[in-house]
Amino acid sequence: MSEGVVRLGGVTDFPPDPVIVAGLRNGDEEVFALLLDEWSRGMLRLARSYVSTAASAEEVVQDTWLAVIRAVGTFEGRSSLRTWVYRILVNTARRRGERESRTIPVSSVDGERPDGVPPERAEGGPEGAALAGEVRELIDKAVGTLPSRQRAVITLRDMEGYGSDEVCEILSISPANQRVLLHRARAAVRDHLAAYYDGKGGP
Amino acid sequence: MNCDEFAELVTAYLDDALDDSSRPLFLDHMARCSGCTGYYGQFTTTITVLGELPAPGLSPKTRSHLLTAFREASSEKPE
Repeated sequence: MSEGVVRLGGVTDFPPDPVIVAGLRNGDEEVFALLLDEWSRGMLRLARSYVSTAASAEEVVQDTWLAVIRAVGTFEGRSSLRTWVYRILVNTARRRGERESRTIPVSSVDGERPDGVPPERAEGGPEGAALAGEVRELIDKAVGTLPSRQRAVITLRDMEGYGSDEVCEILSISPANQRVLLHRARAAVRDHLAAYYDGKGGP
Repeated sequence: MNCDEFAELVTAYLDDALDDSSRPLFLDHMARCSGCTGYYGQFTTTITVLGELPAPGLSPKTRSHLLTAFREASSEKPE
């Protein structure tokens, strides 16, 4: 991993909420760094559903963590800590997205990347990797064309692997609505993939 | 069940959310329709690739800014 980011071996190593919350309240910097490194990638992706640039998404994530630092004393454990943090993120990102949509023409800024954040490289054999890389790029781009509500759901469900219950809670939507948004998003991304395969004469 | 109906139910099927009457119709249609079998394959491939997309992390600058903010907030709190 680049940038000195420490990743855990797997989710089973991740401490339970009460341990994390106590650590945050006691000023345990290791615990905060752990959360930062585990959750920020997914938060950046989710924020990107609502705002127009990667740099803007990074600011949303920063503002969210600052809010978490201020408010962790009020966390009551009625949801999981992750859901609570993600709900703060969604509110922050939505507000910013609404502000941006009134001021910035989206087409002029879409697709940019903040300086100093290199994309991670895929690993594997050269030919398979090239094809897989093409497909990934295509699907990544297709996700970028989705309406924000669909993009938020597909990001959480399929890119981050969250369960439908947690996604409904984070986004404050019903299970039926969640499924409709997810299905539309997947079908739209699948259309891009099918067009690509048609061009290649592939599967 | 026709092909359009089948296509609309793929996510519900994958979430194990089809009711007892729709599920056998869905599976029966897939068994007999090669077009929908192909659609289903592309749909699940899409989901697999979505799960493999690389995600960039926070910039080192933002990360260190946040760690500093956390440290400062902690030192301001009474013990």
